[in-house]
Amino acid sequence: MHIELSEEQVLLRDSVRRFAEEVVKPRAKEIDESGEFPRGFFDQAGEMGLAGVAVPEAYGGSGMDTISYCVVIEEISRVCATSGVILSVNNSLVCDPLLKFGSEEQKREFLVPLAAGKKLGCFALTEPGAGSDPAGLLSTARRDGEDYVLNGNKLFITNGTHADVALVFASTDLEKKHRGITCFIVPTDTPGYSHGTHEFKLGVNASGTTELAFQEMRIPAAWRLGGEGEGFKVAMSTLDGGRIGIAAQAVGIAQGAFEEALAYAQERKQFGQAISKFQAIQFYLADMATELDAGRLLTWKAAWTKENRPRFSLEAAQAKLFASEMAQRVTNKALQIHGGYGYTKEYNVERYFRDARITEIYEGTSEIQKMVIADQVLKAV
Amino acid sequence: MTTASLAVEREPSFAPSEEQELLVREVRRFAEERIAPGTRQRDRAHEFPTEVLREMGELGLLGMLVPDAYGGAGLDSLSYVLAVEEISRVCPSVGVTMSVTNSVCCWPIARFGTEEVKRTVLRELATGECIGGFGLTEPTSGSDAASMRTQARREGGEYVLDGEKAWITNAGVGRYFVVLAKTDTAAGKRGITAFVVPADLPGFRVGLPEEKLGLRASRTAQLFFEGCRVPARYRLGEEGEGFKIALATLDHSRLGIAAQSVGIHRRALELAVAYARDRVQFGRPIAEHQAVSFAIARMATELAAARVLTHAAAIREAESDAGRWAAQAKAYASEAANRACYDALQVHGGNGFSEEYEIARLYRDVRVTTIYEGTSEMQRLVIARHLLN
Repeated sequence: MHIELSEEQVLLRDSVRRFAEEVVKPRAKEIDESGEFPRGFFDQAGEMGLAGVAVPEAYGGSGMDTISYCVVIEEISRVCATSGVILSVNNSLVCDPLLKFGSEEQKREFLVPLAAGKKLGCFALTEPGAGSDPAGLLSTARRDGEDYVLNGNKLFITNGTHADVALVFASTDLEKKHRGITCFIVPTDTPGYSHGTHEFKLGVNASGTTELAFQEMRIPAAWRLGGEGEGFKVAMSTLDGGRIGIAAQAVGIAQGAFEEALAYAQERKQFGQAISKFQAIQFYLADMATELDAGRLLTWKAAWTKENRPRFSLEAAQAKLFASEMAQRVTNKALQIHGGYGYTKEYNVERYFRDARITEIYEGTSEIQKMVIADQVLKAV
Repeated sequence: MTTASLAVEREPSFAPSEEQELLVREVRRFAEERIAPGTRQRDRAHEFPTEVLREMGELGLLGMLVPDAYGGAGLDSLSYVLAVEEISRVCPSVGVTMSVTNSVCCWPIARFGTEEVKRTVLRELATGECIGGFGLTEPTSGSDAASMRTQARREGGEYVLDGEKAWITNAGVGRYFVVLAKTDTAAGKRGITAFVVPADLPGFRVGLPEEKLGLRASRTAQLFFEGCRVPARYRLGEEGEGFKIALATLDHSRLGIAAQSVGIHRRALELAVAYARDRVQFGRPIAEHQAVSFAIARMATELAAARVLTHAAAIREAESDAGRWAAQAKAYASEAANRACYDALQVHGGNGFSEEYEIARLYRDVRVTTIYEGTSEMQRLVIARHLLN
């Protein structure tokens, strides 16, 4: 066991950090307030090879490992959580399943431009009545000769306002519940496909979250990802990987907030001394640093497990649960250390505090993570 | 582990080496076969596990980090924490006895002792011929170790020690103690010097065993020094270097307590899982109620966090920020283990409050982990000092 990044990973981290500081950070506050989707950021990230970090070079990606991917998401999220989740969705929820379940033809046609960042992807599973229980989804796909015809609605779809390609989950047989779910690759210019305007949210406000609607949307059977009825498996396996991305995002948000709090505590003077001289503040900082290290290590461990072991659901769920709740605590303490200033828009910590909140919810709520973990632990110990 | 061995061309890895896995298997088998069967009885009788310690010594578990040349196992810190976890899982009392001998007795002697002391005293300890302890705390000097009152007066080739030490693990059963005393009472922490003190010296006396909330099969007592003459060759480091030696020793020993906490935490999780699967209420195993299964999920997740922090601290031991990592591991692992034991007892309901069930003992045993070898509060001060410098 060892936990040092390799030389290559350090170089990656440094170059992504530079990009984050110089390009992403200056716009973070502005896009948070306006809700404007940062398509330019995605394009630039794509040029740097960050849209498909762990996708082999042969399919347009950067051919790196999953820990490198975590480093990328952490560094971007450290300055802008919105940008972090945009990348995470494209990498984890779109490129990953295409790589794992796609045919050679599908990979060439769809994965290559997505992994290269020429196209932006989104993942359409959640519906108004199907959140934590996706098996209850109501979107349908009817086979019609060589085509499928899709009808239904999707909700809270990150990247939805700007995506070029959507992975859509719909039922080919509603009676079969989760065994009837099938996954489709859908270019968003397909007739019958429409999306709403972006949803104004508490945090990660510029991530293009919106609803999708499919009305008699006809797609060729060749765009089905995996077999009929395999969609649930595709979704669950994909979300296992996605959780690692969200864990990395949570670590990045927490790291950003921690650094601001550490600096502020040393500048801010009360009672004649820097507030960092007070034990109460020191203990906050100590706890933040400790939990951050634990969250990062659990995230890397999940990434390592994904690459080196046949199963990684437990590690991914633990990393996601721990890191997201850690980010919530760390951003809360960072805001507290800033006092009244932290509650204003003048400082970044209020944004970090808002952005952290969603990490406990999307790609499986904390409650779903606990169900996954308890299930594995009760079986295994 | 040296910096050079942290080969940067490799990507991070979370797998122990084959040797480490083999060690874990052997230690686990020994723990289950030779330690676990007597744990409950020893706790009830407040009985020190002399025979178990003898066997552990033969297996090389008491001088794990000591170089081969001095009779030790010459292992790395990660191997050490893995072994402490396995032992503590079946008996935290044996865990702390082991951790103290390895971390606060062998370790400072191996690092700061003279060649002669290493060839004699350290060899006896490392080969398991005897166990040892560490005398820093005093009745009025706990977290503020520099305020100690025990004195060491130089007289020719000897130092004469006077004073008392409190809460000393292995007092009465250990043969050698690393003892901190003031050679210059006007110099504050710079006046503190470290010594190896054989327990059979005249003027060395041990108090009655303390009655403790937990860890009842580990021995804890006061040490009294009354004109105790220690040969100068038993001094560790130079005069005035004792405080530095004590802090370095505690940085290292926190790994042992973090590992002990992880072992206790793991056992609490196992007990909660077993009980929750068996116990039926409202027509189904309580494990099927989310209130219970989510508590188990949290225990398992915090165990994973505590373990990875502990392992990271072990493999970073030679780095400049090692003190921060050790403090983080100790603070987090001990507090997480306390939460786990609390929750595991809660899962047991009324049965958990009965000494019939193992969780009741663990609940008592775990409490001290946030206190000894630096309270959680001291760990946070150490962490903050690293962050703010």
